[in-house]
Amino acid sequence: MSTRPRPLSPHLQVYRPQITSVTSITHRATGLLLAAGFVLLTYWLLALATGPEAYLNANAFFASWIGRALVGGVVFSFFYHLCNGIRHLAWDTGRGLEIEVARRTGWFVIWGGIVMTVVFYLLVFGVFRGGAS
Amino acid sequence: MSRETPLGRVLGLGSAKDGTEHFWAQRVSSVAVAGLGLWFVIALGMLVAQGAAYTDVLEWLASPLRAAAMLAFIVTLAYHSTLGVQVVIEDYVHGAPKVVALILQRFVHIGAALAACVAVLRIMLGA
Repeated sequence: MSTRPRPLSPHLQVYRPQITSVTSITHRATGLLLAAGFVLLTYWLLALATGPEAYLNANAFFASWIGRALVGGVVFSFFYHLCNGIRHLAWDTGRGLEIEVARRTGWFVIWGGIVMTVVFYLLVFGVFRGGAS
Repeated sequence: MSRETPLGRVLGLGSAKDGTEHFWAQRVSSVAVAGLGLWFVIALGMLVAQGAAYTDVLEWLASPLRAAAMLAFIVTLAYHSTLGVQVVIEDYVHGAPKVVALILQRFVHIGAALAACVAVLRIMLGA
């Protein structure tokens, strides 16, 4: 079935970014990053099951700058996607759909993701840091 | 009064039919992944904070309860992830590449989930 190009309505590029659209696209982007995180998790588990040498190699990768950047991105994505996912579940029950409320919860989940990530890293590498090797 | 188009009536395929099921599966799996994901992220953070060595991590995961939780996490995460990636592909990829991408992403998710489950089982059984 052949279709010729249909007329298109003004799309993303003509709209000023709004908190509701930014949180929506970020939900997708973080979701994709978390899918990559799933592959990283599989790699880590396989290395753990393979033996000490493979595990050390995996840890060396996670300690490299690209490994740290990936894990950091996945950690933020996890907390953001968690917060905004709960926002979506609330919407599914018909709550919080008023524009003012949606804007407020939008800022809330952005800061929620950032604060949870910072607190997580502070706890892991700061306060609770202990033990040898 | 029917709102079906003439083409729709001739093809006789009706609606896609499974939209609600996909929507609901996405929500239910999201609840499971939220809980299991929080558990895993906190547990992993504590292992890192304690400077856990290879044998410590093995021992941690060898507990049947933790291994079961890990398997549940892997399966629900893979399910939730494949549903989400599917929608993103359906939105942005069209024609033949869409079909290829949809099949590929399903294979990668199932393959990664199987590999991760085998790894957990091997660790739990101490092989």
